[in-house]
Amino acid sequence: MTQPQEIDVTKPLEREFSKEKYDQLESFINSLETTKGALIEILHKAQDIFGYLSRDVQLFIARKLGIPGAEVHGVVSFYSYFTTKPSGIHTINICMGTACFVRGADKIAERFKERLGIESNETTGDGLFTIKDVRCIGACGLAPVVMVDDKVYGKVKVEDVDDIINTYRRTGGAVCG
Amino acid sequence: MRVKSLAELNKIKQSAISAVRPRLHRDAPTEEKNILVCGGTGCLANNSDKIIQILTALLKTRGMAGQVKVVRTGCFGFCEQGPIVKIEPDNVFYVRVGLKDVKEIVEEHIMKGKRVDRLLYEDPRIKEKVHTQEEMTFYKKQLRVALRNCGLINPEDIYEYIALGGYEALGKALTQMSRDEVIETIKKSGLRGRGGGGFPTGLKWEITKQQEDEVKFIICNADEGDPGAFMDRSILEGDPHSVIEAMAIGAYAIGADKGIVYIRAEYPLAISRLTTAMEQARELGFLGKEIFGTSFNFDIRLKYGAGAFVCGEETALINSCEGKRGEPNYKPPYPAEEGYWGHPTCVNNVETFANIPVIISRGADWFAAMGTEKSKGTKVFALAGKINNVGLVEVPMGITLREIIFDIGGGIPNGKKFKAVQTGGPSGGVITEKDLDTPIDYDNLLEIGSMMGSGGMIVMDEDDNMVNIAKFYLEFTMDEACGRCVPGRIGTKRLFEMLHKITSGQATMADLDALKQLAYMVKDSSLCGLCQTAPNPIISTMKHFWPEYLAFVKDVDHPRGEGRYVPKNKIGLKS
Ligand SMILES: Cc1cc2nc3c(=O)[nH]c(=O)nc-3n(C[C@H](O)[C@H](O)[C@H](O)COP(=O)(O)O)c2cc1C
Ligand code: SF4
Ligand code: FES
Ligand code: FES
Repeated sequence: MTQPQEIDVTKPLEREFSKEKYDQLESFINSLETTKGALIEILHKAQDIFGYLSRDVQLFIARKLGIPGAEVHGVVSFYSYFTTKPSGIHTINICMGTACFVRGADKIAERFKERLGIESNETTGDGLFTIKDVRCIGACGLAPVVMVDDKVYGKVKVEDVDDIINTYRRTGGAVCG
Repeated sequence: MRVKSLAELNKIKQSAISAVRPRLHRDAPTEEKNILVCGGTGCLANNSDKIIQILTALLKTRGMAGQVKVVRTGCFGFCEQGPIVKIEPDNVFYVRVGLKDVKEIVEEHIMKGKRVDRLLYEDPRIKEKVHTQEEMTFYKKQLRVALRNCGLINPEDIYEYIALGGYEALGKALTQMSRDEVIETIKKSGLRGRGGGGFPTGLKWEITKQQEDEVKFIICNADEGDPGAFMDRSILEGDPHSVIEAMAIGAYAIGADKGIVYIRAEYPLAISRLTTAMEQARELGFLGKEIFGTSFNFDIRLKYGAGAFVCGEETALINSCEGKRGEPNYKPPYPAEEGYWGHPTCVNNVETFANIPVIISRGADWFAAMGTEKSKGTKVFALAGKINNVGLVEVPMGITLREIIFDIGGGIPNGKKFKAVQTGGPSGGVITEKDLDTPIDYDNLLEIGSMMGSGGMIVMDEDDNMVNIAKFYLEFTMDEACGRCVPGRIGTKRLFEMLHKITSGQATMADLDALKQLAYMVKDSSLCGLCQTAPNPIISTMKHFWPEYLAFVKDVDHPRGEGRYVPKNKIGLKS
């Protein structure tokens, strides 16, 4: 295509969030003593509230702070903790730290990816699982370690992978601890 | 209530001691018992919280809640054997305690005074049960200074910290020592920074103090980016007050009234324990205005990292604290001269801080008596990989790697042969059998081609292929390089691609030569420590395991061994 496209800029490009969420973020920003140097703090808060940092949320923050959207995006893209895509109901964090690697974390990761049919940083079609590689959960004594949401699984074997997945499948979204 | 003098602190201490007496006075007969349950991340993952719940409930129904106290402590270090339950004053150390074992502990040990032998640690070498922590080879050669309170006190109770002498050092520094005396003491102790570089801490404090600026900052670097290391996390989880106390002492010495703890957002437990500890410290007046009745004001706030290894580098960390991308700056100026918002800023590591209060309390000479001539004190290592006793160990400087790996670590599992140990994380190198008897300190490790780094220690056995290990580290640094400078941005990528070419059997001898050349080039020309040290795993594995590189070039079908690394990054790679 060589011709510029017609686009309607007033139409939101993404799924919209409720006003309450934006209000919550706004009141957090208003409560700060100063916004100088607070961008990362605000992004953490926004990711807590919205689950991820969509383009709209990033622009909202930029306008609120009176800085260019590119600056906000520059920070968001620098840090691996920030994500711009929604993640599944359960996040499977596979530790790829050295301690876990020498105890076979790569094989565990392969199995998860094969079973769920996705690569890391992707979400399954049903929106149930997202796989993430993380660098050291800090429980190296239990290597290899997999953390699903907040629950840590230590000394994981390739054979355990199906069981772990099934625990979260059976009960859908309602698993805790 | 705010504590206004050392005398007042002492009064609180005297009344707080009763809560920890069973742990301190084993010889004095007492009816009271303390059950210490590990609340470190590793043991929590194995249900140690549920163990505490069941214990508490059982003790209550048996009417023993009055005499027996259940204490949730920080990490004991022996995470491999978790969950750990220790009973005091009996000095009995139970390992791998399951939920179903709790009833027996209460009914047999607590009610009848009979040890549950089944739950004791069995020393694999003598095939015998060991009753106490002191008898275990894992603990015998250790010396706990930075970890002194981990696994001993409840980190969420400031009174337990005070009972063990907590905040006395701060009181002493503020009311009895001049700022120069504090700095002189730290200098004389010989303490060097535990964050990797080993810069003398007292000297850094002195330089920061000397700057002419009304506003100064002290920052605790709790980013801990080294994958495979968790010592800073364990200190923050197990003994957060020691870091708070040390930061206040440092702030007094350099003349700062604001402190920041830069901590990884991925460490939720450490964040919560630290937050609790800060609130308690404020309530008792160890943070805030007019601390110990003096004119010294100081408070701390948290800033969260967001998952970038380079943010552990101090100039990058400061940029990140200011809400920017965490890219490093050229040094000089050093942060001590021009740091957070342009003001003199002292950045120290968590473990460095954990050493400060004891040095002030017990004196520089006491500390300097431990360790080697140029590296004083102890060092905490995170021992992991192919080793029997995975965990956190603290040893005096000067101990040999052989002692750590074979005595404390219990050797290599499954009857395999030791091959190498990587120290210093991705910035370090491998050490082989022939150097195992070198006494460990900052300088000796550099001499044998590795480094202290933050203290991650990964043991490899005969199944590990060293080219794959090097490739694993390179992928890490390639991912984590911030891209600010060309050698870092492109050099690490090319190094990784070359390693990939080698391990996929497509390389020639000329590629090996080129790899070596580029490794030195990246080392010499990168802007900051991250990529300057990135080639170290390549250089050191080439030096010690050259035949493994050759095997990939000469014989494609050569057995690759375990740890074959499938790269995540497929961009630009043909595999
Ligand atoms: C790439 C890179 C990563 C680093 N990561 C850390 C870290 O995670 N924690 C830390 O304390 N120091 C880290 N450092 C060292 C710091 O820059 C700094 O030297 C240290 O925090 C100073 O504290 P110390 O004098 O108490 O060791 C890192 C350095 C580099 C070059
Ligand atoms: S050496 Fe690496 S991490 Fe440091 S500035 Fe250059 S690219 Fe960034
Ligand atoms: S390396 Fe996996 S938990 Fe530390
Ligand atoms: S986490 Fe319990 S011993 Fe380390």
